[in-house]
Amino acid sequence: MDEQTVEHVALLARLKLSPDEIARFAGDLSAITKYIAQLSEVDVEGVPATVHPVSDRNQWRSDEVAASLTRDSATANAPESEQSFFKVPPAIEGTEHEPTN
Amino acid sequence: MDELLNIDATEAARRVRAREASAEALTSLLLEHAQKTEPAVGAYLRLDIDGAIEQARAIDNAIGDGKDPGPLSGVPIAIKDNIHVKGQLTTCASKMLDGFNAPYDATVVERLRAAGAVIVGKTNLDEFAMGSSCENSALQQTHNPWDVTHVPGGSSGGSAACVAARSAFISLGSDTGGSIRLPGSFCGVIGYKPSYGRVSRYGLVAFASSLDQIGPFTRSVRDAALSLRVMAGRDVMDSTTPAREVPDYPALLGDSLKGKRVGVVRRYLDEMPNREVADAVGSAVTNLEKLGAEIVDVELPHAEYGIAVYYVVASAEASSNLSRFDGVRYGLRKEADNLLEMYKQTRGEGFGPEVKRRIMLGTYALSAGHYDEFYGRAGKVRTLIARDFEAAFEKCDLIAGPCAPFTAFKSGEKSDPLSMYLCDVYTIPASLAGLCAMSLPVGFDKAGLPIGMHLQAPPYADAELLSAAHALELTLKASVDRVPAIA
Repeated sequence: MDEQTVEHVALLARLKLSPDEIARFAGDLSAITKYIAQLSEVDVEGVPATVHPVSDRNQWRSDEVAASLTRDSATANAPESEQSFFKVPPAIEGTEHEPTN
Repeated sequence: MDELLNIDATEAARRVRAREASAEALTSLLLEHAQKTEPAVGAYLRLDIDGAIEQARAIDNAIGDGKDPGPLSGVPIAIKDNIHVKGQLTTCASKMLDGFNAPYDATVVERLRAAGAVIVGKTNLDEFAMGSSCENSALQQTHNPWDVTHVPGGSSGGSAACVAARSAFISLGSDTGGSIRLPGSFCGVIGYKPSYGRVSRYGLVAFASSLDQIGPFTRSVRDAALSLRVMAGRDVMDSTTPAREVPDYPALLGDSLKGKRVGVVRRYLDEMPNREVADAVGSAVTNLEKLGAEIVDVELPHAEYGIAVYYVVASAEASSNLSRFDGVRYGLRKEADNLLEMYKQTRGEGFGPEVKRRIMLGTYALSAGHYDEFYGRAGKVRTLIARDFEAAFEKCDLIAGPCAPFTAFKSGEKSDPLSMYLCDVYTIPASLAGLCAMSLPVGFDKAGLPIGMHLQAPPYADAELLSAAHALELTLKASVDRVPAIA
């Protein structure tokens, strides 16, 4: 995996990496993906993929109103919140949203 | 160390219920002991001294009022710090969750409390449970109680170390590819990974949801059976928990293996470079035979691809699960002018190197152009691994073998990520197939470090697995009945 690929994947993963990290991950991830490439020697023709080991189907609960976390307690751990909303920096450049009532 | 700290949880609860010991005395004794062992071991990230005493007093008061607080009455229990205990920090040993205060109890914690347990503290782990030595913790180093220059194993290293050091009677860990069983093996305690779906993960910070299971570390098989009995079963908050009956695991423990067939992959023992581990495990297999089991040879031809499958599947799921740590809802935020920069800086600074490596690997494996080659193919090989187990379990009731290729290694010894991943070669296939599995102490190497045997059984055969382990445990008492000098 070259450094350009590492930078692309880091953007997809929303990770800011230092030049040192980019160089190190290029090496590490190349070694790991090379190891993983051994999977290509397995004959998987006609084999379905397992995405989950449960034999039982999903167990749904009935859709009834029940006690749950309050809004205040759900937002209590947020770095920034206002009126029980999560607050974030501008998503689109040049805009500033003020909460309105 | 006081004798009271060296009994198992089942006996401790019996004494508390029979008023032979008070929960408060037991908890105080344990907390004092922990304060002596902790400077050298570092198993706990935080001990909740006042809270633990308060819980213990409540248990004593209930007993005084003629009530029965339950089968874990007054038993001090430690919780891995990726499982929520209401009102306490959950850090996942990461800077990312700096200051996160759990707003609710995990289902397992709620059920332990309802059975009378006293929650004494939160234990160290590899950051976000990613690692095999506990060295990836961003907060603290934990040392193996049998030799503090060695690692406790990971990721649930703190939970394994505190049970070994007698600074908890039981602890909870989480196991995604071996994170309970490997540290159990390295620290000489029982590490139990229940069948996938047996125990609710509600309140566990998700790593790889198709693999994660919560399970106990204990000093006796009957304690593993007891704690599983308390925690298992349907939970409406986790859709992977079926409404299957929870057997009375402690009542079903046996002392014989008559009529049982135990599968052994001969190659694992014959080809193992570490002969001390191979010999101790081989000798435990002989004990199984003496207990009446028929030993049969089994093959798991695709198990050798387990690590490759695991690092695709687990990393892919982790890259998705950990996307929630974005500086908006919990923990760390690094301020920036716009949202994208805030995400990147927060995640870049909040996650440690191994977590970033896995997020990168998982993102790559799921990205356009690579999905079929990595994630798609890994899922198919995963099916073949599960089919190998199905075929093997036609011939046997459980599979016995080594838990790890070696005993606990020295801190700092494995700096290359791939060599660290190879520690989990024997434990990963069971996770991929959703089996129940355990590490059981079977001996020590010449350096005095514990050796663990890996026992595996089909999904939902937890009762059979625990029963066989119990019978084996009785035959091993003389060879494993030791306490680390540090305790």
